[in-house]
Formats: sequence, C-alpha cells, structure tokens
Amino acid sequence: MSTLDPAAVFRQEAQELLEQLEQALLDLEHAPDDDDLINSAFRALHTVKGSGAMFGFDAVAAFTHHVETAFDLVRKGKVAPSRALIAVGLAAKDHMRLLIETPELAETADGDAILRSLKQIVGGPPASTAVAEAAPEDALESASPEGTSTWRIRFRLARDAMAMGTNPLLLLDELRGLGVATVVARTEGVPALEEMAATECHLAWDVVLTTSQPRTAIEEVFMFVIDDMELSIDAIGRTSEGRRIGEILVDRGDVAQQAVDAAVAAQMPLGTLLVKSGEVSPDTLAAALAEQQHVRTGLGAGASPSALPGNPQGGAKGAAKAVDSIRVPAERLDELMDRVGELVIVQSRLSQVAASSNDVEVKAIAEEIERLAHELRDTTMGVRTVPIGSLFGRFRRLVHDLANELGKRIELVTVGEETELDKTVIERLNDPLIHLIRNAIDHGLEAPEGRAAAGKPAAGRITLTACHAGAEVMVSISDDGRGLDRARIQSRAEDQGLVPPGAKLSDAELFQLIFQPGFSTAKEVTSLSGRGVGMDVVKRAIEGLRGKIDIASTPGEGTRLTLRLPLTLAIIDGLLVRVGTGRYALPLSAVEECVELSAEEDARSRGRSFLNIRGDLVPFLRLRELFQVSEPPDRYQKAVIVSFGGRRVGLVVDQVIGNHQTVIKSLSKLHADVETFAGATILGDGAVALILDIANLVKLGMAYENRFKAAS
Amino acid sequence: MTAWKSGAPLEVLTLGLQGEVFALEAAHVREILDLIPVTGVPNSQPFVGGLINVRGKVLPLADLRLKFGMELRPPTIDTRIVVTEVMIDGDPVIVGIRADKVYEITQVAASDLEETPRIGMRWRPEYIRCIAKRGAEFIVVLDLERIFSRGDARDDAAAPSQRSAA
Repeated sequence: MSTLDPAAVFRQEAQELLEQLEQALLDLEHAPDDDDLINSAFRALHTVKGSGAMFGFDAVAAFTHHVETAFDLVRKGKVAPSRALIAVGLAAKDHMRLLIETPELAETADGDAILRSLKQIVGGPPASTAVAEAAPEDALESASPEGTSTWRIRFRLARDAMAMGTNPLLLLDELRGLGVATVVARTEGVPALEEMAATECHLAWDVVLTTSQPRTAIEEVFMFVIDDMELSIDAIGRTSEGRRIGEILVDRGDVAQQAVDAAVAAQMPLGTLLVKSGEVSPDTLAAALAEQQHVRTGLGAGASPSALPGNPQGGAKGAAKAVDSIRVPAERLDELMDRVGELVIVQSRLSQVAASSNDVEVKAIAEEIERLAHELRDTTMGVRTVPIGSLFGRFRRLVHDLANELGKRIELVTVGEETELDKTVIERLNDPLIHLIRNAIDHGLEAPEGRAAAGKPAAGRITLTACHAGAEVMVSISDDGRGLDRARIQSRAEDQGLVPPGAKLSDAELFQLIFQPGFSTAKEVTSLSGRGVGMDVVKRAIEGLRGKIDIASTPGEGTRLTLRLPLTLAIIDGLLVRVGTGRYALPLSAVEECVELSAEEDARSRGRSFLNIRGDLVPFLRLRELFQVSEPPDRYQKAVIVSFGGRRVGLVVDQVIGNHQTVIKSLSKLHADVETFAGATILGDGAVALILDIANLVKLGMAYENRFKAAS
Repeated sequence: MTAWKSGAPLEVLTLGLQGEVFALEAAHVREILDLIPVTGVPNSQPFVGGLINVRGKVLPLADLRLKFGMELRPPTIDTRIVVTEVMIDGDPVIVGIRADKVYEITQVAASDLEETPRIGMRWRPEYIRCIAKRGAEFIVVLDLERIFSRGDARDDAAAPSQRSAA
C-alpha cells in the first residue's frame, strides 16, 4: 500500500465523524435526555478538533473548539439540548464540513454567525473553563461579520522594547493566533556585530496575515507598545491573487513603479534585478515574495497542501486525484467477504462431488472453479488486509507535534509494521490509538526535569508494537514514563462514586476504571486531554472489534496497554481434525507439526502428559477429555503441536483430516462464555465445525503444566 | 411488549415440548426448518449446546426443554427448528429453537390472555409472558427475551452432564 496523504486521511476521518455528529444531533431531537447521544456528539467534536489540529487544519480546529465547549456544557448537564441548540449544532457541522472540504468557499462570517447564536443559547462560559478558554472566547466576541481578509502588517519595535519587557516572539505568536500568518524578519537594521547591543531590538518584521478578525484585533496585539513603534497595517484584499512581485513591491511602497518598469525591460528575474540595482534590499524582497506566496496559496494552503497545490483551482485537482481510490463502506466489504466465504464453501462441495464423479468435463469445471474461487478469495483478502505500518506512520506527526507542544523530547519506536490486519480493523484502530498515544505522552511521560530526576534518558520513549499471536493480533502502546498513579485513580474513582470508599481493588480492576466515561485524573483541561473523553471511546471502539484491552503498569517504569484483537471476518488456512465425532479447525499458521502419539507415550502419559519433541518437553492436552467425548478413541492418537507466543502445546486428536479453507464465522452472544473456541466455520458437506482458540488452549496447557509442577 | 394489554389480539406460534403446548409470539419467528445436522459445542451451556448451518449462517440452537427441566427424548419425524430473532441484552440475535412439534400460527384475542399467576405454575414465572386460553386449554406464552438474557442463560433444572443428543 502506498503511504496515505495525511490531509486526505483526515478528510475521510472527519467525514465519518461529522456523520456521527449529525446522527447524534438528529437523534437527540427526539431523545434529548439520552446521555449516550450527547456523549457521541461531544466525542465526534472532540476528535475533529484534535485530529484537525494534528493535521494542520487550524481553522477547523479553532471553530470546532467553540462548538465543543458548548457541547461540553450540555454534557455536564448545565445546558439543555434544546431544538435551537440542535439546529445551531447542525449548522455548525455543515460549516465544519465546508471548512474541511472546500475551505476556499467557507465564509468566515457564516461561522461567526453560528458561533454567536451558539453563544446566545449556551450563555457565557462557566467559571471552571474560563481560564483555559478565555482567549478564544474573547476572539469570538470581537469577531467581525465580514469574511476573511488579508492584511500586511509591518512593524519595528522601539530599540529599548525588550528592555521594557516586550517579547517580540509573543507578539508574533499572537498574530499567528489570529489566522494564517506568514512572517518574514527584516534584518537590514541589524548593525555590525561590534556595534550591536544585545539587549536592543534591531529587527523589523513583515507579517502577512489572513484572518477573519477585524483590523482592531490586529491593533490590539500591539496595544502596549503601539506608542513607541513603527506600525503599518494595510489590507491587501483578495484581488492581489496571482499578482506579480513587481506590483506587490510597488504597492508596498518598497520601490517606485519606474524602477520596476526598468527592471521588466531588462528581462531578468525581477526580484534579483531590483536587489542588484539596490532599489530593494534582499530582506525586503524576501518579505514581498512571502506575501506573494501567502496570497497565492490562499487561506487554507498551509493546512491542506494537496487540496490547493499552488493554484486557485486546487479543489478541482484534489477531486480528480480522489478518483484513484474509492471509499467503500465497511459493510459492503463484509458482504463481499461473506459471499466469497459462501462461494468457497460451495466450491469445496462441488470439488467433493466432482471427485466422486466419472465425468471428466465436470472434473475440469470443478478444478477451474476451485482456482477462480481461490484467486477471488486472495484478491478479496488483499483488498481487506493492510500492513499496520500505514497506521503507525500516521502517528509520527502526532508525536512530533505533541512533543513540541508539551516541551518533551519523545522518541517513537515502532515494531512489527509488516503485521497485516483487516483494513476495517485498522481504520477503526486509528482513533483509539490516537487517544492512547496522547494519553501516554501527556500523562505517561514525565517532563524533562522529572525524567532527569528519575535517572532516565531525557527523551521519553513511546513504543508501538504489533504482532500476530495465534488467532489474535496484539497491538501495544508502551511508554517509559511514570506509570499509572494507583492512589490518584482510586481517590478519583471514589470521588465519582465509581467504587465504594476504601475498596480494595486489584491492579487490573483499578486500571479498568480509567475506561469509565468522564473519568479523568488530569488536574486541568488542556487542548490535549483532561476532559475525560478518550479512554471510554477507546474501550468502546476496541470492544466493537471484539477485542480486549490489558493494562500493565509499573510505578516509575512505565505503562503498557495491549489491545488484543481477534481475527475477525476473514478466511484462514485451517487444519481440520476430528475428536470423537466432532470436527474442529485450527489456524494452520499456529500448527508446527503433527506427530503420532505412540502407544507407549499414550499409556505412560496417564500420569504425566508431556511429549518428547526432539528433546523438548511439550505438555499436551487431550481434546477428548476437554470436550468430554464419550465415543471410544481411535487406536492411533495424533498430537498436533501448536505454538502461541513462543509456548508450545500438543493437542491430542483422533484424526488429522487435512487442510481446509476456513471461513471464520463468529459465535453469537449465547456462546460468549465458551473460551476454547474462536469461532465456527462451515465444512464442504454443510456441517458446522468449531475453530479452536489456540491462545486459550495454550493457556489451559500451561495451567496444566504448572499444576503438574506444583504437584510433583 | 404489552400489546395484549392494549386490547389487540396476539399472534402466536404454538409448539409442543414433551407433550406440553407452548406458544411464542409470532413476531419473533423468522422461519421453521426440519431438523438439520447439529454440531455440539463442548463446554457450552447445555441449553444452547448446538450450532446449525442455516444457508451459510452459523446459528446457535437452543433446547428449551433444558430450561424447563424436561426429559430429553431423541428427535422424531415431527422435530422442527424454529428460527427466531430475539433481543439479547440490547442486540438482536438469531437463535434456533428446537421443538418436538410445531402446531400452528394463531391469533389469541386479548380477552383470552391472562397475566401469569404467581402460584400454581410448574415453570418459572419470569420466563412466561402471559397465559393464553383456548377453549378448555391453557397455553403458556414464553418470554424469549427473558429466557435468553445473559443473566439467565444458564440451565435451571438440568444437570450439566445432560446434553442434547442431536
């Protein structure tokens, strides 16, 4: 698989989330008291914001932040989900879609109007979140009703500005916070080294800012220094799209029109020429070029380079590119797999019939169909399975950005990228893994000082591992941070009434509490975490895949979360065996070898069930005993040696029948308590055979071995 | 759920289990099949101890006789599988139910439906939705959702060693 364009990935993901949001809002209209719906809407918003910021869709993230804040109040029960609120929520969702898909068409005015009505309905921000969100709220207040506009801001601070406590970097950051900004520093004013006073500010800056905010918002940035500085703020306007550099320079007043005309006449790269002729300094040119670039690429350019690849028709180009791959609903792939599964079953029946027939033509057709069915099976599986590396790759940027944001040094290590997983499973792992990685980085890893104090390397390490383990795929995220804080989780759980005060809980029980909705031990709300969403989303998503989450944590050494995902919806190569009258399939990948259980070993093993496999003692399980088979055993018992996670165990069966294309059908809820089977399959004659769960059988074998060791 | 209380007649499928007549709400019933080969699931609850293949779908097969402490007799020519759709803990699950005999689909007037009496019942009252009166006969209408709900999926009367011989 080719690497996916992250912006495209986000757009796909956002599309789903927005649909989820819409559904939740629509359902909420009929059931305003349903907490699940409110949580669902909130989670969708939360993830759009998080992923949006992660992929550089800043306008989306900023807008969604306000909507999320409003729905947070709903979630906390402070605001009722009225019809008006739902209507605004839907309008907000449409605006978010516009911002994501065709940012050049999105009118900031519309967005501001939505946010204003949202604010009217929800009321002012509550005291608890006021600190964290004061700045964006203020920005919302002063939002202008006009669309975005582009400003040219040129400023030079007073020489003693830094001595007076002004930090130019903060000013620039504030400007960046208003919209998409291109900043160029101008260094003409910097004196030679020997004359330079380190405490003085010699630089000047040219900033081109595309923002929805009015001019006053830009002036406010300079509020405290405006008296002692040179500042000019000019609107550039959208008309300057695609303007020539000469026009820009003239417009900026950097050079006279005559000089430009002269340069054009000379037919050389204009900018270079002007610099050469001393009309403009190299810095001035760089600033003007940056402006040209900024305006040309438009507002969303920094955010979505693929949609706007340097020309105004970028949207159309993006659409043409999208035809290369088709997004297919997961259910259709499931259906296709079901059909292929049925075809494989029917084909094996046909082969059986053909084998006992004398008609040469029928045999030939059966063979042809067998070949086609296998090819179709492989193709269909190929459509569905993807190496997990494509998923891991998406997290590099996340880790990188989070590291910068939090001022931590983080090393991301990935192991087992080639592990293949069902595509739907991979897609549905994305959100949970984002949450888990964020949690690991935000809560797990200590700040650099903390790490130094604990004697750890300065760079924290996040390890993503994937491996096939029998019929399961294990994906784990581990960090070498501080580990989970038992006491804090317990006290928090007691505060929230999840456990009775003073309850004695095992590590496993206690750690599972962090998956409760609304559970958060973070002290403050940040854009990263602390709102108490995340872990419950993770749990739901993994359970939706019929997987489980294990947590292991050692204080001071780190935390490891392991997602155990069953191999769902797939066809595997199986080995069919018979025990009594029952037939069972084993995943062939787990089978190491089949050996005959000699009469001698069989008799001796009444006391000790171990096989000698080339000098290694391998415990074995008699499936006859395990399955309480009453029919008399076959004379020659076979042992199928299977391995799981490096441990080997022998399974004693009556007969090894042979290879079987095993279409995995999951068992219903009514058999959820039966741990020895991973699913069922349909055999060539139409009978149902159970698929053995190797992991659980090996566990049983180990328990048996340990019991034996303890007894001896 | 309480349609019969609202005065509408209740449509039911009547079936025989060990000579007793029971009824299932017809709304649950999807199809009725002749007995097909059953694959036993070792170590499962004997009450849902089998799997069947219904046109490529693997469905659990339940034997209600084990829920009601009845003797297990071998199948006869009348034995049928009633395929039903039941909500189990919030999700729809398709389950086959083994019946010694299937009689008919019939309507019972609301006036002939009665609440389950608290006493004088041989069966556990929570498994019974209501009692339908037909002539001189009383038919027990089963509450499949309760019978299959997770907390109740164990066998009440049967010893674990008894398993449905398919």
